[in-house]
This record gives sequence, structure tokens and C-alpha cells, in this order.
Amino acid sequence: MNRQGNLYTFIYSIVLVVLVAALLSIIAMWLQPTQNENIENEKRQKILSSINISSTREESKALFEKYIINQFVVNSKGDTIKDENAFTLDLAVEAQKPCEEKLMPVFVANIDGAVKYILPVYGKGLWGPIWGYISMNEDKNSIYGAVFDHKGETPGLGAEIATPAFSNQFDGKTVFENGEMVAIEVEKGHGHTGTHEVDGISGGTITSKGVENMLKTYLNCYESFLKK
Amino acid sequence: MSNKESLFSAKNRQLLLGPLSKENPVIVQVLGICSALAVTAKLEPAIVMALSVTAVTAFSNVIMSLLRNTVPTRIRIIVQLVVVATLVIIVDQILKAFAYDVSKQLSVFVGLIITNCIIMGRIEAFALANKPWASLLDGIGNGFGYGLILIIVAAVRELLGSGTLLGFHVVPQAFYNFGYVNNGLMILPPMALIIVGVIIWIHRSKNKDLIENN
Repeated sequence: MNRQGNLYTFIYSIVLVVLVAALLSIIAMWLQPTQNENIENEKRQKILSSINISSTREESKALFEKYIINQFVVNSKGDTIKDENAFTLDLAVEAQKPCEEKLMPVFVANIDGAVKYILPVYGKGLWGPIWGYISMNEDKNSIYGAVFDHKGETPGLGAEIATPAFSNQFDGKTVFENGEMVAIEVEKGHGHTGTHEVDGISGGTITSKGVENMLKTYLNCYESFLKK
Repeated sequence: MSNKESLFSAKNRQLLLGPLSKENPVIVQVLGICSALAVTAKLEPAIVMALSVTAVTAFSNVIMSLLRNTVPTRIRIIVQLVVVATLVIIVDQILKAFAYDVSKQLSVFVGLIITNCIIMGRIEAFALANKPWASLLDGIGNGFGYGLILIIVAAVRELLGSGTLLGFHVVPQAFYNFGYVNNGLMILPPMALIIVGVIIWIHRSKNKDLIENN
């Protein structure tokens, strides 16, 4: 057969592409369970670090099962929605919806008898999505711990929200003022020690404001649940 | 190889070892500079990147060498891209499954191995005209040549920039007590370019035959 002819070229490319597609599908299917486990364990690690428990990825599953005693999904009225999995709920999709339709996961942790409520939050920074987990004390008002992460904020500037130096500021802050939801303000500059404010990141203003808006949006949606 | 050339004849050894020095893809041919700048702030991702690129150059060279007599000339480049892209996706998937943290650090740069000029360059320049074994050696040699520079640059940057090697502290605490400070500039990409420049300078002053006459 003429190696430079059109027919040969067509057949060659079709065979090549089909073979490659089959090979890649097999490999993807083979590796997917391991990859998903990595992603899930990383999420467990994040949730655990919001209640100040640090873990390696390997031990996160066992620790998660030890500390997290309950997980459920609530709506903006604070009612529990049945048949929804809090852990696998897609926050990126829920974040697009208005408060009334939003489904929000809640994880309940028990640390040596003390109950903590962990609320996932999701919003946008400068370059892409940012998200985090806020853990509240039993009074559902004061923050026990917080952790943030981001897809691709500027390293050294906006990306600093993922550091403990930023997230530790949230410990002990409160989100209600006389029964009104005020959330947490992320202010420019240093020395913001009020009970509803933290220091923003110099040079990371848009990301800092992103964190503030994310908290405002989500905590307002969680308000009914927090008042229950 | 009709005259039964041995597997590691002088010519084949040259294929494997040449790219480490006088035919080095990074410091002599100045290929693959992008990733040399991007992934060399720490030693560990640099090593993983070096191994990934070596695996891809070696396998893509062998596969293209095996296919070299069947590929229609008109779609030659497309076939090469398909082969390289497939291998890169496989490497990416394996890293995501078994070296998740490193794959997060390397992020898009694994995908960008596809665009690494070394790989396409070796296929075009070597694998399409040579037998599989020679192509394999050429691929491994060039991968290591690239990796060698990556590792040298990353070691310098991590040592001076963070005071660590592979995450372990090697600069003694006593130094810091005397006022030694890690050089933050080393972490930034421009320093990688300067270090590569310094390596090229040293390398050329040792190998005078590489210096152009004009």
C-alpha cells in the first residue's frame, strides 16, 4: 500500500487515535480510585485542621472518623435536608445559587466532649475560587478555628490566606452582635483586634476582600442554622 | 546494526553520556529553559520533573523509532504530538495517584512537558532516523542531561533560598544566630536564569571548543 496516499494516512490516524484513546481510558479507570482517595483525604485534612488537628494525608481518614461524629446538609432556613451527602456535596455548584436554594454542609466534631460545628465556605478571590472551613464553638457564635485555601492566588500576596498567620487570627472572633449577623470584616492594615475584624493581607487586598465577602455570604445563609 | 554492534559500543555510550556535557540540551542547545526556571525553587519537584521528562523522552523516542517506517510523512508531526501527549498524560495520572503533593507543586508544568522542545527535538533529530535501542539511549541521555542541570539549579536555589535540601535543614542554626539570612531572591524565577547562565559560563570556560569563533 502506498505509504504516502490519502487512504493510508486516514487509516493510520484512525487506528492510532483509537488505540491511544483505549490506552488512556484504561489507565484513567485504573488510577482513578487512588486519585480520588488522595483528593478526599486532602479535604479531610483541611476539615481537621479547622478544628486545630493537624494530620498527614495517610492518617487523616482515621482521625476524621474519630473526631467527626455527624455530618448533614442544611438549607438557609436551617432545616436538615435528607438524602444529601455533606462530604461529597459540590460547593462550587452550590455557591452559584441564591441563599434560598443553597444547600450547605455541616460537620459536627467532638473534641474531648466539646462539640464544634464546621461550616464550609466557598467564594472567589482575585484569580479563581477560594474556599475554607470555619469551625464554631457550641454557642454557634464564636469561632474555634478557621482554614482557607485557594486555587491560584498570587504567591506571597493573596496566597497568604492559606497560611496559619492569616487564619489563626479568626480564633475567638464572634459573628453575632446583639443577635444580628455581622460576620467578620477583613480590614486593611494591622492591629485590628475587634471581635468582628481581622487584619487583611498587604498587597492582597482583592483576595482579602474575597475572604470577607465569602464569609458574609455564607454566614448569612447559615444564620438560621446558627440561631437554632 | 548489521555488523552486530554491541549494546554499549563507544558510539552508543556517546549517545547516553554526550548530552550530560558537550551536547547538553539545556546549557549547550538552550532548550527546555521554561521549566528549568519554573520548577527549580525546590529540589524535590525538580527531581520528579527530571524523571518525568526522562521517562517521556525515552519512551517517545523508542515508540517513534519503532513507528518511523510506517508514519505517513504528511502527518508526521501530528503523530509525534499524539505519542508525546499520551505519555505525558500517563505520567500526570501516575503522579496524581502516587505522588499527589509533588503533582500539586508541579501543577501545570507536567502538562507542559508536551511543549518541551527537547522531546520533539530529539524525535525529529534522532528517533526518526535511528533504531529503537539507539533512540532509547539518546532519550535517556537527553533526559538526564536536562535533569542534571535542573537538579544543580534546584540544589543551589533551595540551599541559598530556604537553607534546606529536600526539605531538611542543612544550614546550621548557629549561622542564623550570627545574622545569616536566607536569600529570598533565590526563590524567584529570575535567579534560575542567572544560575543557568553561570553554569553555561563555567561549562564553556572548561570546554573551549564550544566557544563560537566570531
